[in-house]
Amino acid sequence: MSEVIKNRYDFVVLFDVENGNPNGDPDSGNMPRVDAETQLGLITDVCIKRKIRNYVEMVKDDSTGYRIYIKSHAVLNKNDEEAYAALGVAADKVAEQKKKDTDIDLKIRDWMCANFYDIRAFGAVMTTFTKAKLNCGQVRGPVQIGFAKSVEPVVPQEITITRVAITTEKDAENKNNEMGSKYIVPYGLYRCEGFVSANLARKSTGFTEDDLNLLWDAIYNMFENDHSAARGKMAVRKLIIFKHESELGNAPSHKLFDLVSVSRKDADTSAPARSYEDYEISVKDDQIPNGVSIIIRD
Amino acid sequence: MAIKVEVWGDYALFTRPEMKVERVSYDVMTPSAARGILEAIYWHPGLRWIVDKIQVCNPISFTNIRRNEIKSKISARSVKSVMDVGKGELYINTSSDIQQRASMVLKDVRYIIEAHFEMTDKAAPGDNPGKFQDIMKRRLSRGQYYHQPCMGCREFTAFFKEASDDVIISDKLDGEKDLGFMLYDMDYSTPDDIKPMFFRAKMVNGMIRVPDINSEEVLR
Repeated sequence: MSEVIKNRYDFVVLFDVENGNPNGDPDSGNMPRVDAETQLGLITDVCIKRKIRNYVEMVKDDSTGYRIYIKSHAVLNKNDEEAYAALGVAADKVAEQKKKDTDIDLKIRDWMCANFYDIRAFGAVMTTFTKAKLNCGQVRGPVQIGFAKSVEPVVPQEITITRVAITTEKDAENKNNEMGSKYIVPYGLYRCEGFVSANLARKSTGFTEDDLNLLWDAIYNMFENDHSAARGKMAVRKLIIFKHESELGNAPSHKLFDLVSVSRKDADTSAPARSYEDYEISVKDDQIPNGVSIIIRD
Repeated sequence: MAIKVEVWGDYALFTRPEMKVERVSYDVMTPSAARGILEAIYWHPGLRWIVDKIQVCNPISFTNIRRNEIKSKISARSVKSVMDVGKGELYINTSSDIQQRASMVLKDVRYIIEAHFEMTDKAAPGDNPGKFQDIMKRRLSRGQYYHQPCMGCREFTAFFKEASDDVIISDKLDGEKDLGFMLYDMDYSTPDDIKPMFFRAKMVNGMIRVPDINSEEVLR
């Protein structure tokens, strides 16, 4: 395994949606999430983390050390004996050790981190404080992601659709089609900001350089295998990574995020944006503070 | 040694303990959340942060977010049995273990935390308040942190800097407002039995004075 990360990172992801619903709001009948006051579209952090988990699960296919704890479509009957190879300890030895082991809690925590990519990256809550019971407590992962917000207001549309196949026989006697509806955002460019805190990687979860590269791949490709009837066309357009030279960081995150600005190409137009071509992304890479380097994937 | 830190973010969720399933935020930041933010920037066993005042700068407004959340926690017992046996299923299947929960979150928040620190007996002989003060000041000016601070929950990022003088305090906050009983902090003095502490928060022109931990205003 490669080394635990030693640098702090801040990142900005810009992605867009075309005629799709990037993230439905359970409170408003699965309409795309919108900030009611500003009309800006929203995508929750957990939605994005789900995509990252799915990508890692797909690429790594539950291989040693890269399993995913929180699965959306649980695959049945996968034998995970090979996971022990990652630890370098025989399974029966673990059982033997625990008798004389007082810090079995920590061992369990480390074992979970070693085996599950999503716990290493995002952390997890294990059993809570209960006296005299096993308590592995909370694991905070180094990767922290905020809500994604659209650059300009989005206007979700309800599209009514029909289907000719009727579910129940009883209904089929009376009618020959059914109406349904789906919501779409005609176009929206979203911006999401995130952080990787190297200290948490070192102190608890052991998030490595390899894990980090996998994270960037996952973010860059998060929509590539997430196509569905609801999503429409979604794509990551730009991933901007700020790498700090030190573990603690070399510049405030908000100042780095301010270096990335998105504007309309044609500033005078009042026409709604309908494609990525309508936007211009500028990264002021000449103003990057000392000790910070920039990596752009587009 | 006093310090003033300005923190801001798009959203915040300082959950009321009595409404934690469908989370509802307090109107303002709690002293414990303020302490957590300071500790995310700099903390050392040799020091203890004490929050003196919290200045609210922006008008208080809420919004509602409903999300799909996982119901269960990782059970240490089942992890242990998988560890011991060497095989077994270990994951959470979201389609059967899911729950929708709403959160009432604060929008567009900005606070100024006024705090100081005290030395504890865990400080090394070479440590002194000046050293800690310098480290904190340096981190604030360079934007360094141990981990990215957050506004109650990790998805709600808190940005920070040393407080500037030109912060505008919204005039909607003028006057006196009783915020009722608010979480002060958790009492960790007995690790096996962690208890919450409360205080009666009063906001005067956006300013909340945080009582001393030993004062009678803090209820256990």
